Amino acid sequence: MYQFQYHRPKNLAEALDLLAQDGDAKLLAGGQTLLPTLRQRLAAPSALVDLAGISELTGISTKGELLSIGAMTRYIEIIESPLVQATLPSLARAVALVGDPLVRNRGTIGGSLANNDPTADLTAAALAMHATFVTDRRSISADEFFVDLFETALEQGEILVRIEFPLPDRAAYVKFRNPASRYALVGVFVAEVHGDIRVAVTGAKAKVFREHAFEAALQTEFSAKAVKGLDVGTTGLIDDLHASAEYRANLISVLTRRAISAAMIGSHRGA
Amino acid sequence: MKRYGIGQSVPRFEDSRLLRGRGRFQDDRNLPGQSYGVVLRSPHAHARIVSIDTAAARAAPGVLAVYTGEDYAADGLGMPKATLPRKRPDGSPMFAPQRPALVVDRVRYVGDPVAFVVADSLAEAKDAAELIAIDYEPRSAVTDTAAAASSGAAPVWDECPDNISNIVEKGNKSATEAAFARAVRTIKRRYVITRVHAQYMETRGALGVYDEGDERYTLYTDCQYPHRVRNMLCSTVFRIPESKMRVVSGDIGGAFGSKGWQYVEHRLVLWAARKLQRPVKWTCERSEAVLADEHGRDSVGEIELGLDGDNKFVGLRLHLIGNIGAYVGSDRNLLVPSMMIGTAVGVYDIPSAYALVTGVLSNTSPTAPYRGAGRPEAIYLIERLIDDTARELNVDPLELRRRNMIPANAMPYQNALGCYYDCGDFLANMDMALAAADYAGFPARREQSRARGMLRGISVANAIEQAASPAQSEFAEIRFDTSGSVQLLMGTKNQGQGHETTFKQILHERLGLDPGDVHFTDGDTDQVAFGMGTNGSRSTVVGGSAIYLAAEKIIEKGRRIAGHMLESAATDIEFAHGRFLVAGTDRAVSLKQVAAAAFVPARLPLGFDGGLYESATYAPSKDTYPNGCHVCEVEVDPETGDVAVVNYVIVDDVGTVINPLTLKGQIVGGIAQGLGQILMERVVYDDTGQLVTASFMDYAMPRADVFSHITVKSNPVPTKLNPLGAKGAGEAGCVGSLPSIMNAVMNALEPVGVRQLDMPATSDRVWKAIRSVAKENGK
Repeated sequence: MYQFQYHRPKNLAEALDLLAQDGDAKLLAGGQTLLPTLRQRLAAPSALVDLAGISELTGISTKGELLSIGAMTRYIEIIESPLVQATLPSLARAVALVGDPLVRNRGTIGGSLANNDPTADLTAAALAMHATFVTDRRSISADEFFVDLFETALEQGEILVRIEFPLPDRAAYVKFRNPASRYALVGVFVAEVHGDIRVAVTGAKAKVFREHAFEAALQTEFSAKAVKGLDVGTTGLIDDLHASAEYRANLISVLTRRAISAAMIGSHRGA
Repeated sequence: MKRYGIGQSVPRFEDSRLLRGRGRFQDDRNLPGQSYGVVLRSPHAHARIVSIDTAAARAAPGVLAVYTGEDYAADGLGMPKATLPRKRPDGSPMFAPQRPALVVDRVRYVGDPVAFVVADSLAEAKDAAELIAIDYEPRSAVTDTAAAASSGAAPVWDECPDNISNIVEKGNKSATEAAFARAVRTIKRRYVITRVHAQYMETRGALGVYDEGDERYTLYTDCQYPHRVRNMLCSTVFRIPESKMRVVSGDIGGAFGSKGWQYVEHRLVLWAARKLQRPVKWTCERSEAVLADEHGRDSVGEIELGLDGDNKFVGLRLHLIGNIGAYVGSDRNLLVPSMMIGTAVGVYDIPSAYALVTGVLSNTSPTAPYRGAGRPEAIYLIERLIDDTARELNVDPLELRRRNMIPANAMPYQNALGCYYDCGDFLANMDMALAAADYAGFPARREQSRARGMLRGISVANAIEQAASPAQSEFAEIRFDTSGSVQLLMGTKNQGQGHETTFKQILHERLGLDPGDVHFTDGDTDQVAFGMGTNGSRSTVVGGSAIYLAAEKIIEKGRRIAGHMLESAATDIEFAHGRFLVAGTDRAVSLKQVAAAAFVPARLPLGFDGGLYESATYAPSKDTYPNGCHVCEVEVDPETGDVAVVNYVIVDDVGTVINPLTLKGQIVGGIAQGLGQILMERVVYDDTGQLVTASFMDYAMPRADVFSHITVKSNPVPTKLNPLGAKGAGEAGCVGSLPSIMNAVMNALEPVGVRQLDMPATSDRVWKAIRSVAKENGK
């Protein structure tokens, strides 16, 4: 680890000030990716601005048909939240598949989403449910938020405040884990929100994406059968030590069918 | 007596200390004034070093020294050398390139040590290491085992253009060829055995100290053979008497063979400590371990079985290419896989056999013993071939095994590759395992799986391994003090196996000592007179037998003291349950009382040599052959290729069982390592020789949730080759688990037509195998 300044602002305004003053500062939002990166000397920020002390960034609440989760809400708080379990159980289950207990006790939903790791789980949840990303200055839709590998629509100095999930009629996430890292080798989140069906895939390309052909088929008939036989091309799919592009294409099909089945047998608010 | 004796499931005495964080592992050891060393390693698989500029690093804050290979050579330090009498194919002496502590002009694998930086703090040492400027001129590299042995491969060493370091032959070549000429059927297969890393919980470390007053070195390190590390460092590196060095190993968080005696960091910290007059500490980081450590396995075997018209095995031939890596730093790098290939005939009566092992150099980290060190490879090859033979001949694999198995009444049995099986009941092992696994009920379970769209497979693999080599003796000392409590000093080295518990049980069995009165010591060359260390399933067999013999001496001396105390002839004194008794009377003294008397001249016969401390150095006359039968059941998801082990049964024969609880730990741990290798673990170098599995993000380790229940049963047939009757247990679980799990996968894939697949059976590879067969069949 190289040397850096450490700041722990008490409120959002203070954090924004610190970021504005130092263009090489990085936000610390749980640190489950950043700290190992620093320890391996793969990053050398001038300062870390730790968001852990800012109460405006935490909390889980519902506003009508929206579930709002503060960016600094830790995974474990989402998993154990009676509100999430009652209104969006498919999200609680997806979060429970993230990392291991140590990661889930420290890592935050905003930290993960703003990192936009191509193999993260929650990017698929946000994209499939068409979540809205509320920052200190604006709202960004999930379709615009995930820009590229480890890159989001967040601007320099912008801080993610909360994520708002519309409550789906049905939804489910199925993950096939990388045996080494246990990140998603492929993960598929299927959700139907107000009649709009979306299939989001993580782990397979440089960033999370929607499988539009599947979505169109499901719009006609929401069943595993509807997508069976639909070809998933290998264009752009990751081909690495752990899985070939062809294998990932196969997993996208298989996991989508399984997610559909899971969503169908689940409760009203998504299995 | 019963509570702690041989055969009791005594919970481990060391656990209370270890589980409460009261152990002392390598990195827990710190000394006043210590400095910190960092090894700068090669980023290239093969390159010439054009220049090294250390000026900026030497000038960096806190830096005490920056050493290179030239500094090491200038100080006249030596290198260990391989001594085994090996030849190349043309009969010339083997090519065994020695390993420098730091390379001078050529790096030969990713991770090869180039410079050693020592600073006041670890962070300063790391900062300085980044300032070393090295100009490399990359060269062609070869890492793949078969490719390294093929013609036209890039030479790792210019002096050895074909990369063949040496060959080893076993068995009778002409008799085997004659047997194959007579064979009615022959079946030949090629199997790949992957390269893995031990991935112990505790990464390695070394802390070197030099005492200028005594002119003496002390090395604190986590190693399996403290005395042999001392011997090697003194005789080949520093060229000093062994009395001028102490090696100390504390608690060790796993070693599995890979923490052997020959690591360059040992030399570096001692050398630097002497030059700097300060203790120097090096701790391997997790992200450095796969680069810095020796690896395990990595071979390709072509194996062929000849059968007569009745499906009796008549001959076996094997050509194994073993990947040595870039250096032969010591004999250790020659052991895998050739030393243990003698069990490649398994538990079967194969009258003729011939094995040729070719050791090939490559641009990879050197390979060395890892849990089994050739034993799992041997059994993997024969047990896979038997299943493939049964498939090809369309006969029942169990029936084929039964027909060819060595029966108990054929013991002792000299196998065709030179191994002498002294005892064992292989058929009984197999029958017990089949019953425990409900083998008969498998077709119904397979049908249930099929109804759920899953493929189910089962396998039976019979394992046998060569253990507890007679080439190495082992030492035990029992020291009584005046209070009658005892220090037990052992030349073996505990790495987590539970030695303290096992050895106290043996001592209790012989002398009736309360384990609470016994202090266990190992791993310190100043305290323990001698030792060969822990490897090859030998500690209980050889070390335990040494305790047994040392205890005999205690009893004999105690008998004479007791006779004097009880005013009886020593010949009338009997010893039992910790008491010396005048035969036929109730007059007795305890061993504790005898020990106290041993230190008081007035209570001893005139001129008697007082004190009560005895040692024994024991070497077995022959190898022992632990054996067992593994039955594994798996379920494969044909849509994803995912393999789940759903049941596992092992019946082991490790001879006398000292502690069923710690034995089960050994067996389960060995199976876990076999499962890891078969289903996911793998060290991978890419085409340019870069290591791509250096971290746990890419090197897959099995977690608890990938295991099924493991049933461990014993069918002990004690050996008469040592006083305990023990055969060795450290490698037993691992040896049979590789073939049993892989064969179960192949059995599951049989209905979909997959006939060829090498480890690891990752979901990606299994799915690909299923798909390519389906494509061939036009589906």
